[in-house]
Amino acid sequence: MLEAEIHIQLRDFPLDLNLQVHPGEVLVLMGENGAGKSTVLNGISGLLTPDSGLITLNGTTVFDSANAIDMPIEDRALGYVLQNPAVFPHLTVYENVAYGLKTRHTPKHLAIKRVNHWLTVMNIEELAQVKARNLSGGQKQKVALARALAIEPDLLMLDEPFTGLDTESRQSVQETVRMFVSDLKIPCIVVTHRVADALGIGERVCLLNRGINHWEGRPSDIPTAGMQLPV
Amino acid sequence: MVIGAAALIISVTLYLALPVAALFLRTTPELFLSSLSDPVVQSALRLSLITSVISLSIVVLVGTPFAFVHSRNTYPGKMLVDTLIDLPLVLPPAVAGLALLVLYGRVGFIGRQLNMFGITLAFTTLAVIMAQIFVASPFYLRQAKSLFEQLDPAYEHTARTLGASPLRILTTITIPLTASGLVSGAVMTFGRALGEFGATIMFAGNLPGVTQTMPLAVYVGMEGNFNVGLTISILLVLISFAIMIAVRYLARREVPHA
Repeated sequence: MLEAEIHIQLRDFPLDLNLQVHPGEVLVLMGENGAGKSTVLNGISGLLTPDSGLITLNGTTVFDSANAIDMPIEDRALGYVLQNPAVFPHLTVYENVAYGLKTRHTPKHLAIKRVNHWLTVMNIEELAQVKARNLSGGQKQKVALARALAIEPDLLMLDEPFTGLDTESRQSVQETVRMFVSDLKIPCIVVTHRVADALGIGERVCLLNRGINHWEGRPSDIPTAGMQLPV
Repeated sequence: MVIGAAALIISVTLYLALPVAALFLRTTPELFLSSLSDPVVQSALRLSLITSVISLSIVVLVGTPFAFVHSRNTYPGKMLVDTLIDLPLVLPPAVAGLALLVLYGRVGFIGRQLNMFGITLAFTTLAVIMAQIFVASPFYLRQAKSLFEQLDPAYEHTARTLGASPLRILTTITIPLTASGLVSGAVMTFGRALGEFGATIMFAGNLPGVTQTMPLAVYVGMEGNFNVGLTISILLVLISFAIMIAVRYLARREVPHA
């Protein structure tokens, strides 16, 4: 269970948000460009320190401004795919997916098994030895997802994870993420600007508008009027 | 118009290239090769290469983490630090040498204390290295800082979320992604260290085999064996030329920037 209450002063407006994401649930964050979607993820991950707030993950406090608690990012057990999927271009696809397992000292036999599993699930096993700088946009996105899922995080956060994927891959990746989240019973937040993606992956949608929770509900009930969301 | 442009390009190029070409025209291959075995040339070449390699190693080993920490953090006085580390670039080398002497010389602020323990820095090979580091390190530091600032932060951020420590991020992500630029900065630093004259002669003196580096031997050659000076000069030109080619080649590769 993720519970986050964060306040971050952005350049044009304050971001004030209160979120709860249950184990196994996918919360979709939507909103126009500049509404503060990526900032929310950065604040929860610790890449950006909120001005104030309280974040707990499975009962553990990872950030508490009142008590000066700010757990280092590397200890937060996150799977976070940033808007720029940042696949390490100098490493092979295999080394990319194995990166988080290596830093966490996962036993070698287990790491090999997990990497191979995710390469197969993402349908990129034939690219294992290819340097990531030579991949297409969609392939990079799959590698970034495999890398985030392979570490079996306590919280999964994906920022526009379906960019560059064709319709078929998009559906299969959405299905994979949904199954992963429900199998591991972890909370997941997905940022997207496409209503179709929200329908494909989310159980609950939160519409952000200038830093506040403008609307919350089921993906099928998204009020498109006034938000100018591309479908 | 075309003739004017051609004349401008030719005259500027000739102005810069002719003196270098004159060095080669002044000697013959036989004379050059025979001077290579001159003890003065050999000793200056050996000393210059050894001290420059040591200086470069120290600059890279200390300068890389320095540039990383400096570019990834904000702290009071950061701009002042930025200015101070660039200062040796514009400081006349003789002034740099005098400054080093005033601080580390036998009666200098630090030199005096070291002298009580029997440690002398000025006019030793160590002084040659210290002068080279002082004068040449800004080339590497500037390059490393700018590369680290250009690099898209998403790579390091992702590595952090994957559990990597700052040291692991530096060694597995930041350095490999900026490697070609770092090497070109290192090559420039090596070239500057190799050509260092003013600070060395002020702080380290001109003792053959101990502190007489190649540029100093060229200077001495002016008054004694001119061929020795000419041979060392040609060696320095060849090394500089190789350095410029290496830098141009490495600079073509791009950093994945934001």
